[in-house]
Amino acid sequence: MYSLIAPDGTVEDRLPLTLQQMKGLYSDMVEARTYDRKSVALQKQGRLATYSPFEGQEAAQIGAAAALEPGDWVAGTYRDAALMWRAGYPWRLLIAGRTGDERGGHPPEGINVLPPSITVGGHMIHAVGLGWAEMLKGTNRVALTSFGDGATSEGDFHEAMNFAAVYETPTVFLCQNNGFAISYPRSEQTRSESIAMKADAYGMPGEQVDGNDVAAMVAAVSVAVERARGGGGPSFIEAVTYRIGPHTTSDDPGRYRPAEEPDEWRERDPILRIRRLFETAGEWSQEWQDDLEQKASQRIEQAVAEAESLPQPTKAEMFERMFAEVTGPLATQLEGAE
Amino acid sequence: MTELNVAQALNRALDIALDSDDRVVLLGEDIGRTGGVFRITDGLLEKHGPKRVYDTPVAESGIVGAAFGMAIAGMRPVVELQFMGFSYPAYDQVINHVARIRNRSSHRFTAPMVIRIPFGGGIGAAEHHSESAEAIYAHIPGVKVVVASTPHDAKGLLLAAIEDPDPVIFLEPIRMYRAVKEDVPDIYYTVPIGPVRVERKGDDVTLISWGAMMKETRIAASRLEAEGASVEVLEVHALTPLDADGIAESVRKTGRAVVVHEAPRTAGFGAEITAVIQERCLYALLAPVRRVTGPDTIFPLKRSESHYLPDPDQIFRTAMATLEE
Repeated sequence: MYSLIAPDGTVEDRLPLTLQQMKGLYSDMVEARTYDRKSVALQKQGRLATYSPFEGQEAAQIGAAAALEPGDWVAGTYRDAALMWRAGYPWRLLIAGRTGDERGGHPPEGINVLPPSITVGGHMIHAVGLGWAEMLKGTNRVALTSFGDGATSEGDFHEAMNFAAVYETPTVFLCQNNGFAISYPRSEQTRSESIAMKADAYGMPGEQVDGNDVAAMVAAVSVAVERARGGGGPSFIEAVTYRIGPHTTSDDPGRYRPAEEPDEWRERDPILRIRRLFETAGEWSQEWQDDLEQKASQRIEQAVAEAESLPQPTKAEMFERMFAEVTGPLATQLEGAE
Repeated sequence: MTELNVAQALNRALDIALDSDDRVVLLGEDIGRTGGVFRITDGLLEKHGPKRVYDTPVAESGIVGAAFGMAIAGMRPVVELQFMGFSYPAYDQVINHVARIRNRSSHRFTAPMVIRIPFGGGIGAAEHHSESAEAIYAHIPGVKVVVASTPHDAKGLLLAAIEDPDPVIFLEPIRMYRAVKEDVPDIYYTVPIGPVRVERKGDDVTLISWGAMMKETRIAASRLEAEGASVEVLEVHALTPLDADGIAESVRKTGRAVVVHEAPRTAGFGAEITAVIQERCLYALLAPVRRVTGPDTIFPLKRSESHYLPDPDQIFRTAMATLEE
């Protein structure tokens, strides 16, 4: 498994990132965790619909997104808010989506991040088509799709991997193996020794990466992205990580995993290990940490306020966003409904 | 003008779309080298090259899903699925993704794409090759479901579908591919998605159909006229969005309606049309709206095909019963 920074913060290899870049990644992970915890809290207050926490997976997501350029495509899942945000999707729209508002699915022009896929696995092939289109248009944009270990059991996974390889599309497959598909463990999901090895069968490079090591994630995904951008076709990254929290706010992980298991993984925490690295290097202070957390908190609070201040969607909007122009039957139904 | 059958007209439509719009690409199983199982894409790979016309691996969900991604990123993919019975693996892509992206992104991302699906029986095909499951597509909010049965309309409607800013399921009645020829303009033209086509004007009864059943409906209409009835025949070009006004206008005039389709009766699209008629013209009706449909059976193999498909005689008898009320 590819890694650069050990859980205790020891640098295993020369880092391909500057200190400044590492601090940026650290700050982004702190902000993402702030969002995640805030969302869980808001859900408990009834202000968000069901929420899927990503705590523990910040490095996998922030690291992957950091390897992308503006304009690159991202097709992820309901657990990919950190990835989507780092790729340019504003927090306020992510939150708006979770309050139950379709307007949250509309990122700004130029941000080519699709609203998260809610069904499991169907979206991986979209990143094949997105990349394929960019290839035909003659741009050098790439498409990254993110999914969990469970999604690799869907038939759609096979079709997406196969199409990407056959047409050599500029697609990066990012599997966040977080140990569980709701309750079903990775060990039972597949008899393959690793998920990354599945890539071999499709004729594309596959690599298993320590998904809690943000530097390793940036490095590995960058290689895949540059391969795609340079016409070298698709790649597969298995980010080995762990979902510290439940599948969603309505799930009880106590039913399917030992209570101490998340604590063991907290020792491998993606934020903690970078903090340890900084501490060793004399680059960390409590004041800096407090400042990061406070600023992150302010930004998230601001985003929540903006999302919650969106006016109530009208009944007409529900009809109007079905097609470019409201069709006859929809116009009749809207008229009858009002 | 060139005299063409439906298959040739569709081929010309795809050819002209590839010529006139760089964003158009074709994807499907065996559509390149062999020109497709029905030869609809014959010659297009040779003419337009492998960056416009793609033979694909055998994976319907993958084809539709990849085309969906292409459409979001600015292409205009036209997918061919070989038979309606093979379209179901892609149904998840259609109902969960293709149909929803405009809604779930509040217009930020759209999927202007066409999924061509040959459908219907009558050619003695193998199991799964004769399905007429248009109703399960018409029930999906967010896609348009269109069908044409004549060469002229097939070409124009397919070009309209490719132009459309939203996803279109384009149904092709297999039995009509080579059934008739007519003069088809060589130029680019569209037949609008929506309005019913009034094929024959009359005053006593409205016959409503689509797809291959238009053929039987026409024969029945001629026989009814020979019996002295004045028959109006409507061809539905869009199951969704349905032209309820066009249908109601006709039935208000005639007071009688018979809906004809070969799909199974229960929850078939005829039920929707019948409901629209009673909602809009109940007090103009002189007789109950009747349906002539396939039965709720599995579409049979070759030797029983005639037991399944409605024939002109059934349509004639049903319309006569309606006229006698």
